[in-house]
Amino acid sequence: MAVELDVFVGNTTIMDEEVYQLWLDGYTVNDAVKVRMQGGVLEECEANADVLLSDTMDQYRTFQMCERLLHSPPKLANQLLFQIPPHRQTILIERYYAFDDLFVREVLGKKLSKGTKKDLDDISAKTGVTLKSCRRQFDNFKRVFKVVEELKGPLVENIRQHFLLSDKLARDYAAIVFFANNRFETGKRKLQYLNFQDFAFCAGQLISNWTVGAVDNMVEDMDVDLDKEFLQELKELKILITDKDLLDQHKSLVCTALRGKTKAFNEMEANFKNLSRSLVNIAAKLTNTKDVRDFFIDLVEKFIEPCRSDRWTAADMKLYLTHYTNSAHILDTFKHQVVWDRYMGVIKSCIFKMYHD
Amino acid sequence: MPGKLKAKIVAGRHLPVMDRASDLTDAFVEVKFGNTTFKTDVCPKSLNPQWNSEWFKFEVDDEDLQDEPLQITVLDHDTYSANDAIGKVYIDIDPLLCNEAASVISGWFPIYDTIHGIRGEINVLVKVELFNDLNRFRQSSCGVKFFCTTSIPRCYRAAMVHGFVEELVVNEDPEYQWIDRIRTPRASNEARQRLISLMSGELQRKIGLKVLEMGGNAVVGYLQCFDLEGESGLVVRAIGTACTLDKLSSGSAPNTNTHVHCNTAPASNACNSPSKDGKEPVFGEDPPSSSGPPTPFRALPTSSSSPPPFSPSKPCSRQSSSSDTDLSLTPKMGMGSGGSAGKEAGPLKTLLRQQTQTALEQREFPFFTLTSFPPGFLVHVGGVVSARSVKLLDRIHNPDEPETRDAWWEEIRQEIKSHAKALGCHAVVGYSESTSICEEVCILSASGTAAILNPRYMREGCLDIGSTDHRFEEPSPPSCGFCHIPYDELNMPFPAQLTYCYLCRRQKVPDVLFTTIDLPPEAAVTGKGCLIQARLCRLKKKAQGEVNATCISNLLPFMEYELHTQLMNKLKLRSMNALFGLQIQISVGENMLLGLASATGVYLTALPTPGGIQIAGKTPGDLSNEHHILTIQKRINDTIAKNKELYQINPPELTEEGVGSPIPEPRQRSRLFRSHSESSDDMSELDLSHGKKDAFVLEIDDTDAVEDIHSLLTDAPTPTGFYSCNTETMPGIYNWTSGVQMFTSVRVFRLSNANLTNQGLNKIFTDLCENLLKSFYFKLRSMIPCCLCHLNFTVAVPEEELIQVTVTAVAMTFDTDQTQEKPAEKAIIKGSSETEEQLQFPLELCSDPSSTNTQPLSRISVSSLERSSPLPEGRSRSLRSSRSFGGSSVTVVKMSPLSFLPGTRIIKYLGIINMFFIRETTSLREEGGVSGFLHSFIAEVFAMVRAHVAALGGNAVVSYSMKECVLMENPNKNQAQCLINVSGDAVICVRETDQEAAVSTTNLGQTCSSASESAT
Repeated sequence: MAVELDVFVGNTTIMDEEVYQLWLDGYTVNDAVKVRMQGGVLEECEANADVLLSDTMDQYRTFQMCERLLHSPPKLANQLLFQIPPHRQTILIERYYAFDDLFVREVLGKKLSKGTKKDLDDISAKTGVTLKSCRRQFDNFKRVFKVVEELKGPLVENIRQHFLLSDKLARDYAAIVFFANNRFETGKRKLQYLNFQDFAFCAGQLISNWTVGAVDNMVEDMDVDLDKEFLQELKELKILITDKDLLDQHKSLVCTALRGKTKAFNEMEANFKNLSRSLVNIAAKLTNTKDVRDFFIDLVEKFIEPCRSDRWTAADMKLYLTHYTNSAHILDTFKHQVVWDRYMGVIKSCIFKMYHD
Repeated sequence: MPGKLKAKIVAGRHLPVMDRASDLTDAFVEVKFGNTTFKTDVCPKSLNPQWNSEWFKFEVDDEDLQDEPLQITVLDHDTYSANDAIGKVYIDIDPLLCNEAASVISGWFPIYDTIHGIRGEINVLVKVELFNDLNRFRQSSCGVKFFCTTSIPRCYRAAMVHGFVEELVVNEDPEYQWIDRIRTPRASNEARQRLISLMSGELQRKIGLKVLEMGGNAVVGYLQCFDLEGESGLVVRAIGTACTLDKLSSGSAPNTNTHVHCNTAPASNACNSPSKDGKEPVFGEDPPSSSGPPTPFRALPTSSSSPPPFSPSKPCSRQSSSSDTDLSLTPKMGMGSGGSAGKEAGPLKTLLRQQTQTALEQREFPFFTLTSFPPGFLVHVGGVVSARSVKLLDRIHNPDEPETRDAWWEEIRQEIKSHAKALGCHAVVGYSESTSICEEVCILSASGTAAILNPRYMREGCLDIGSTDHRFEEPSPPSCGFCHIPYDELNMPFPAQLTYCYLCRRQKVPDVLFTTIDLPPEAAVTGKGCLIQARLCRLKKKAQGEVNATCISNLLPFMEYELHTQLMNKLKLRSMNALFGLQIQISVGENMLLGLASATGVYLTALPTPGGIQIAGKTPGDLSNEHHILTIQKRINDTIAKNKELYQINPPELTEEGVGSPIPEPRQRSRLFRSHSESSDDMSELDLSHGKKDAFVLEIDDTDAVEDIHSLLTDAPTPTGFYSCNTETMPGIYNWTSGVQMFTSVRVFRLSNANLTNQGLNKIFTDLCENLLKSFYFKLRSMIPCCLCHLNFTVAVPEEELIQVTVTAVAMTFDTDQTQEKPAEKAIIKGSSETEEQLQFPLELCSDPSSTNTQPLSRISVSSLERSSPLPEGRSRSLRSSRSFGGSSVTVVKMSPLSFLPGTRIIKYLGIINMFFIRETTSLREEGGVSGFLHSFIAEVFAMVRAHVAALGGNAVVSYSMKECVLMENPNKNQAQCLINVSGDAVICVRETDQEAAVSTTNLGQTCSSASESAT
């Protein structure tokens, strides 16, 4: 005796959030049944394993049928096939587009191509996220990327409108799209200590300050591409390290301000020139796409690591960068205040965010 | 040419990609009605085309308007090759032909393809202009309203119930025509869908004509079925109850009676609670609701004593008296009923009965498809009558003269009629017909409940002078009156144990009552009810033709007997004494017969307390055996005790006999008459009452008995928080909240080909049903406390080793704060966030505490519109509307197999929904196997029903049912095909508001008293 067919269809689509999560996490039906059994649903309502299996299969089928709609969430609200109350639609979408930080960390900055997709099984093995779930997350990234690629207007807003995501999730996706587009290197061993949220924060900073969208909000790709003109202007900052007087003047201004305020003062004083050179060089090189990709690795190697080996505290870092930025305004021969601020504003907040163990 | 049909194609959306190269579609639309076709322009390269077409106008006969559907085909334009069809939409325009229903059809319809399913949506506008043609009603039956609901629809009043209408049409099944060998599956499916749509239309029109002939304006309890007879053809048949309905506007209504009649009275509150003086409740007797004018005729009847109720003196000036089914007020010559004017001598009861009988006998079949009635309609109930007949199908030679099929049904109906007569009843209510076909063998079944009806509804205008009659009637209280035996005590049709009614103590009642109807709302019930099922499998030899038919015929009586025994035992085990909504289904397969009887058991306060079940061994000497018997006996007694507690059955201890004693009351009897007309009379009227034998002593000497007891005891109790029933509502539960979840579930079991015994099969079948129920409870666990209502099981044997069970039901939440009393006295406002969560719709909670006080008031106003609803709802929660769906353009449509939605009031019936779909696939595996295939198909059917209702302007379907779900699969070929037929009534319903409560303040006193009475 075997069940040949078993379906249950409600006028209002019945969806169990627990099962949905198991489905999203890539559990097979049988594994999901085991998990549910351990969760104790059975005792709760006098059911048996068959009932649980039947229910899980039904729900999996429903989710599979919904998946097509979830690929373009606005359709979910307009489709006629499933009668799903609005708040439940929101949950479905939000959960479907949610991702594992561990997983996203692995693909962040990589090209969202077939090649990367082929590596997903390695990533799955490494992160412990099931392959099925990896694929879903990867496809989500790719889908969002493709849709917003050609749209005008603010990136976060576009994502929110086209995928009906919460503000937080839309921002995360904006970061992912931004990283994928600029192919920032995030995979190096030295960057491993940074988590997705660190990068997402930095992406947010870059998007709102360094992209075309920061100056003009009606062009294509405005939030995805860095402002070329601005990058060009950054070359002008070199004067801060090439002009010996300016460099000395800058150093003395910063040191005066810092003296007595931190234990790391001596190291700061000693390293000032090196550190300043690093930051300005990073700025000056950003016209090269290759150097843009290495932006984060450069920050870590050339600035964060030296400071860390000198045992600066986070407060030291804050103090140093604040004075370093502000002192440049007092330099009378330095004319690039606007570019400087636009550059250092982002560098400052990125380094603050990235300066941890 | 009395009608102009206008259609406008507005736009499409979510179309499929038809051109792989561009990933786009060049869509255009063909609009076809009858033989006329219009086309829109091609909207190039768009998946969301905007056609905004002109109005396409079809000038057509109203006959065609009734028969034909509007056919919309969406195609992809292709310059070089043939245009590809994307899909179709069939729109039934019948609802537009009745001025009381919808006025425009407008909305998004799923574009449906029989191979690919739903492929995008199309926005369409449809209107009909009917010319005011005086002859209109002669040519067609436009304007006759159809309702699937098996009670008088909520916003109408029955001015008259004319009676039974039936019709059937036959045709060749396109699937079996020669052309099918050369056409594509799509073409064949579409031909079939279209044909059935046409046949349904024709059938409805023909029934409409009969109704008009009878002088009615509506069909209630319309039940349409398909018989897919395969080679021998396709039969579409329908039955219903013709009525004259008057529309009630809220509050009170001016009379909309269309009849020319001297006795027109305000068609106001047609529903009334039983009057307090214990008379038979009378319709016209109660004062109209507050705003209505007082009835001038109210006082009249009491003063006029001389004219007997059936006197022909009242002018009947209605025109259409030509019909033979029409009820003439003058008794026909030769009927000899002596019911004519002036005969006042003799027992009045007899006179009344005779007269009623006369009235009913003049009809060919005094049958009513209704299951729920206005108060006072049902006088006495005799019991279930049923008839089955096994037939061999042969090709229908002349589709225009479907004589054989007509004759078959005629035969069965005659039998039902005679059974009813034997029970001393003149009418059959809760009547339904069904078939089960396997190859060339067909079992025709009909069943109903023999009853005596109040003649008032059968006579024209008599409603309005209703109180004339009541002096002929004994004052039997409505809460028990229907239980009183209709047959002659001294001349009983079967051995029966009669006692005096436990409520009124004046009339005799049987000890058990089986019926096919819903529990009358005014009936006095102790405790709660529950679903009771008897399940049975019987193997039979494979055979052909005549031999096969004989074999089946021979098995049928045994199956009925066993099902009946099972039902009776299970009823006793639950300590109940009556069954409502009894449906016995027998399905035939090649090598087995399946029997499934479902009913809702209740404890009727008027009937005696049922005895327990006693186990007896045949060999009293055997000690171990004796011990075994004692154990079983103890388990049974425990179960009975547990059930009593579970269903809160605590009858008042006023019986002389020991209440609750496990000692069985001797002699059960059955109201179940069956017969089986193949072999005609010698077999009919099988006595299922076990003769004089004591039915409740189960002897467990043979294995069968052991099996019986096991099956008795293995029925899992419903989990805490759940109740279930197969009737409209659950006896004993009154305060529904608005959580509603309609669902359909299908399971197919493949039997392993091991040599199965009858017992083994029974076990499998029982487990199958039990597991289904368990699954429902599990799935719906978050709705607790909740009741599964209208659990409708359908069984089929689609292939040799397959058993298919299809269930449609609705889960409804209720407030745990139940009392045994009906809640008119008790108002509970409690917001259950749990329910709300589960309900999955934003609900407005009525947090205003003052509504607690107005609750009894709102009950009145509600009851005046929803007369047979036992569930007044004080708690006002919103039925979600489209507005609540945020930015979405999709209207939320609720569906329910019940005739109402809790917490809401139906303000308009928009027309009948009757849809037939075929879905086929040649990529079964890719669609997720049969389960995936059927899952999406059912979801698609729901979607299409909802879309049609929304386009009519409605927000709910009531009395929804899935009449047919035929699945054929061939996994080896990766193919499957499924046919689904659904029907229901599209309605607009609104949340019950406090405002209405205020309107009915004036009725407070009256209703309170009646409410308290009904709670006794």
